[in-house]
Amino acid sequence: MPHIVLLGMNHKTAPVEVRELLAAACRKEINPLHMLPHLERVEEMVFLSTCNRVEFLFTCNSLSEGMREIKALLRTHVGLPASLALDSFLYVHQDLDAVKHLFMVASSLDSMVVGEPQILGQLKDAYRDAVEYRTVRVVLNRLLHKSFSVAKRVRTETCIGSCAVSVSYAAVELARKIFGDLRDKSVLLIGAGEMAELAAENFLRQGVRRMLVANRTLERAMELASRFKAETVPFDRFLEELKATDIVVTSTGAPEPVIGYQDVKSRMRERRNRPLFFIDIAVPRDVNPKVNEIDNVYVYDIDDLQGVIDLNREERLNQAQIAEHIIDEETIKFRDWMNSLSAVPIIVSVRQKAEAIRRNEVRKTFSQLPDLSDREKEAIEVLTESIIRKLLHDPIVFLKKKARRGGQALYMDFAQQLFNLEGVGGVEEQDRLPYASAPQPEPAGDRGAGQGAQAQRAANGHEGTGKSFSSSERGRDSGEQPFLQTAKK
Amino acid sequence: MESFFLVIATLCYLIGTVGYLVYLFRDREQLHRISWTIMLVGALFHGTALAIQTVGSGHLPLTTIHEALSLFAWIFVVTYLVLQIRLQLRILGSFVSPLAVVFMVSSSLLPSNIVLKSESFRSGWVIVHVTSLFLANALFALAFSLGIMYLLQERHIKKKNFGFLYERLPSLERLDSISHYCLMSGFPLMTAGLLTGFAYAAVVWHSPWSWDPKEILSLVTWIIYAVLVHERLAVGWRGRRAAWLSILGFSATLVTFFVASLLLSGHHSIIPGKM
Repeated sequence: MPHIVLLGMNHKTAPVEVRELLAAACRKEINPLHMLPHLERVEEMVFLSTCNRVEFLFTCNSLSEGMREIKALLRTHVGLPASLALDSFLYVHQDLDAVKHLFMVASSLDSMVVGEPQILGQLKDAYRDAVEYRTVRVVLNRLLHKSFSVAKRVRTETCIGSCAVSVSYAAVELARKIFGDLRDKSVLLIGAGEMAELAAENFLRQGVRRMLVANRTLERAMELASRFKAETVPFDRFLEELKATDIVVTSTGAPEPVIGYQDVKSRMRERRNRPLFFIDIAVPRDVNPKVNEIDNVYVYDIDDLQGVIDLNREERLNQAQIAEHIIDEETIKFRDWMNSLSAVPIIVSVRQKAEAIRRNEVRKTFSQLPDLSDREKEAIEVLTESIIRKLLHDPIVFLKKKARRGGQALYMDFAQQLFNLEGVGGVEEQDRLPYASAPQPEPAGDRGAGQGAQAQRAANGHEGTGKSFSSSERGRDSGEQPFLQTAKK
Repeated sequence: MESFFLVIATLCYLIGTVGYLVYLFRDREQLHRISWTIMLVGALFHGTALAIQTVGSGHLPLTTIHEALSLFAWIFVVTYLVLQIRLQLRILGSFVSPLAVVFMVSSSLLPSNIVLKSESFRSGWVIVHVTSLFLANALFALAFSLGIMYLLQERHIKKKNFGFLYERLPSLERLDSISHYCLMSGFPLMTAGLLTGFAYAAVVWHSPWSWDPKEILSLVTWIIYAVLVHERLAVGWRGRRAAWLSILGFSATLVTFFVASLLLSGHHSIIPGKM
């Protein structure tokens, strides 16, 4: 069974400088996914890069080799300086931890602002890229689709998603309580995170006069600026802009506050004491809380904003627990799927063996009965196929069932001995399959499952057996239908 | 007749105030419209009463502090009613109408013995002096209400503790700009009122300044407002400090009016025999 590994850094583990270095390097003309054919140990790969995280999700058979290759990719392709102690910023999750982490990311529980909705879109983009580069197959394909449906479930069953949206809405409402009409006001975005984007969108809808973006990497600032028809400001000069702006949205992810008491205090006179509203959505905070003490200056951090929308801590904690429970549930479901996957090579081998025996025997029979008509030959083919299918049906259902529970290794081993199978592992080395179908813009949960089955069917490489393979329930009636179909021919 | 009208006016103000206080808790436009209309009816009765008094005595009803306060209350209510049409800041009524009731009730409680020589109120100087000062003070009273509203709202936002008023009160900048407007129109009126007072004094008593307590207190009040206007225009003071200062300014106005009129002697005193 391949290992699922997630290696990356986010706003909690890496300082913003390192993250931006990595993100900027990865955004170069060559997508890291492009390098997959050069990686020997890594089977499938998805690359996710947002303002607050850079993550590689991949599968490999050998954990250490795979990780070594990805880290080497980071060094050589991305061109990080060798002096950088990369390991100290990275986290590595394996197998179920990786699955859980991905689900957390997709559901926006791992975000700087928990519940911000952008991350799911970014993950979908990452998946789309991977599909384009043909770097996802059975496992990651299924996993990504599952993560989308988990995110959807978390969104609908908890209010975590609506929280973030209403946080940015609350910020706008507060601004309206301070400034009244926002049409002649200007907004300065310091840092260009997802939540900042959301707030900017809301402010733009209110028709603010002018929008400025200051970001450490100019590229990202320009990207945002072009979207919001904003101007860019050099990052080290944003303090000067405090004189002319009314609303400041900060989300730099710097470890220390970037705006101090004196920075604001000394500029208030020049502002002629016009109110200044700081919306600090960074964790840790970007604006020193003392700034709130200055007359006509109002500082709201993310906790304050969440307080505004009338959700107390306990409730939020409760919602987060519900969300985690959903994720745990889905992680277990995915584990079951992974486990059943390991039964696949055995089942395939059993079928292959049976099919080989059947063909061999049919060939012998045909050579002894040369005067059979084509129709009769066909009937014999169908008959033998049908016998094999019916005979193997129960053992296969049994194997699949056992594979979902613990201790499946025993049964798999037993099955191999019973059918005298050899070289089951070899089946895992499937030739690289083109991804079966185009990505869906809105993958629903069951569609994801369907595609998983589809890919799985493709993995079998047998048209006839594929049908009973796609789901054990359907396998029950598969014995009769092909016969009828072929008989009609 | 006029006292009957005054009672009706006071009752109207009272009902209007109750309406506006209910409006504070219930956001119904209907409620505001009814309250505003009742206040208007009250102002009409009040105005009629004042007109009867003026016609009857042949001069402005200012001879007693009772009359003076009643006249001021009327100017205040009319100023509010007119501004309300312009500003459409409905919640302001909830803060202004109680003041009108307070003025009316206290005016009826104050002594009404005639002290000031009535002939001086025929002088054009005095009419200008009194009306411009009263109008200025009415505007300052509005600024005072706005200041209270501002401080309440500012507290909500600063302390991040949102009471029910947070929803009802308008934005800080709106409150501040209306207050600014009241101040900027009130201050020249006050200055003009004081100057005409000095001019009249110079003509009648041959000296513009006589260390009358009301004169001194008025000057203090004027200085408070002068500081506020200067700071607003030159330095860009606004918000909390400006709100506090406009509250202080109007308090000084009230002190000037009551203390100087009731307790101390001088030109403006209405205490018998101390002229």
